[in-house]
Amino acid sequence: MSDLPVGVERRAFDGRESLATEGEAVYGEPTADGWRKWDVRRSKLGAMLEKGMDTGLSGGETVLYLGAAAGTTVSHVADFAGPTYAVEFAARPARDLLEAAEPRRNLFPLLKDARKPETYAHVVEPVDVLIQDVATRGQAKVALANRRFLDDDGRLLLAVKARSEDVARDPDAVFEEVLTTLREGYEVLETRSLEPFHDDHLAVVARPD
Amino acid sequence: MNEADPSSGGWFEDVDREDADSVTESIRTGSAESPAAWPERAVESGFAADEDEYYKILHDATMRATREAVQEAERSDDKQLMHGIRAMDDCERVANELAERVAEWAGSRHEDAETGVEYARELAESDEEDPLVSLAERVRDLDDEAADLRSHVERTAPEVAPNLSALAGPVLAARLIALAGGLKQLARKPAGTVQVLGAEEALFAHLRGRAPSPKHGVIFVHEAVQGTHPDNRGSAARALAGKLAIAARVDHYSGERKPELDAELAERIERIQARDVDE
Ligand SMILES: C[S@@+](CC[C@H](N)C(=O)[O-])C[C@H]1O[C@@H](n2cnc3c(N)ncnc32)[C@H](O)[C@@H]1O
Repeated sequence: MSDLPVGVERRAFDGRESLATEGEAVYGEPTADGWRKWDVRRSKLGAMLEKGMDTGLSGGETVLYLGAAAGTTVSHVADFAGPTYAVEFAARPARDLLEAAEPRRNLFPLLKDARKPETYAHVVEPVDVLIQDVATRGQAKVALANRRFLDDDGRLLLAVKARSEDVARDPDAVFEEVLTTLREGYEVLETRSLEPFHDDHLAVVARPD
Repeated sequence: MNEADPSSGGWFEDVDREDADSVTESIRTGSAESPAAWPERAVESGFAADEDEYYKILHDATMRATREAVQEAERSDDKQLMHGIRAMDDCERVANELAERVAEWAGSRHEDAETGVEYARELAESDEEDPLVSLAERVRDLDDEAADLRSHVERTAPEVAPNLSALAGPVLAARLIALAGGLKQLARKPAGTVQVLGAEEALFAHLRGRAPSPKHGVIFVHEAVQGTHPDNRGSAARALAGKLAIAARVDHYSGERKPELDAELAERIERIQARDVDE
């Protein structure tokens, strides 16, 4: 079991222990003493930490987050990380992302397509951590295209959703194929299923190769 | 790897930080092949006094640029939907008009000629080189186009207005948005106006004192009204319009799907339908 990053703690909410970060509430999660519950069922990164994966996160790092959606996970990330760049390409969830970013001075929302890194490389600096949860076809390609942002000793934290690649195929075969493509630019350090928190997802920790 | 191509610079280069529009424009449309240590460069070039200030400017700039981009995207989405539903209505109307012409023409030739779009489709099956058959083919094509446009509307309306589409059905939702002139405009209308949208002609007649007050516009086709006894349809239309107005506001101002609205509407209508009616 690896340590939690500084800024992430286990705290009690309604008598139950849960991951938590310090910051303003975003999605109606319970709060106590300025800490907000990190609902790992709604967050793949939360589930990775809960399952004790070695994410390499220690707190305070520079982050590029792809597939930020309404900001559920990236708001927790911004609570414990340093400068956090959040990329999302759908307008509707990005509206909520703006609300999550409003009180977080270190969270920078960008309405951009993660398949086109050149459209935000003029804003995003090189980062220590690349977090990706885009749930769309071509997830490995997106990770490869964004490798340019990652420092040589940085980490890729990736959630792969099998059904986004191919609804009909056996998830294990899909995961294998995604990992094979990913290895064109990354060394895969650890993989883990996110059950029981998220069905049909494989979590991957990798570093640039 | 992380060295920037010298030809493509950071978003802050050649930008006046006091000029919010040019800052926003640069975030939205600029580009670079690779990232670089932008905070450091911005401080070196004198754009910001230190990195703290740089990040403060960057936060304001990305918030503003993203807010603007979101608003633009949403604005254009509801306009696209309005074109879609209007084109669908046009195709259906013209198909029906032409089908009447086909029926009349066919009637002059055969005694057993039928009417409607379906009959025109039948005629179009024949391979004959004949002006009537050719016209019937146009009817068929327009009818196919209308069906394609309908699926397009059914697919996109829930993206533009998820709650309104859930309550009204995607086609009626699109029609309400089109009649109001956009989602924002619909969200600003009181329930009483939503109730009579599409009944403008009847309303003008009423105002000129020539007709009774119209109880419902296009929402009349909704099952909440249709499935209610005629004596209670006024109440049903009022209740429905109230919920649709709320749904449009939620869609415009937050965009978040609220399934409880569906349940509230169902419950209101159920209570109205359970009322006694005088036989
Ligand atoms: C599963 S959701 C992410 C949930 C989010 N990571 C969280 O935990 O709060 C996937 C998101 O990725 C976005 N997405 C998909 N393809 C994308 C792309 N090419 N560029 C940017 N965002 C994308 C979708 O719009 C969607 O909001």
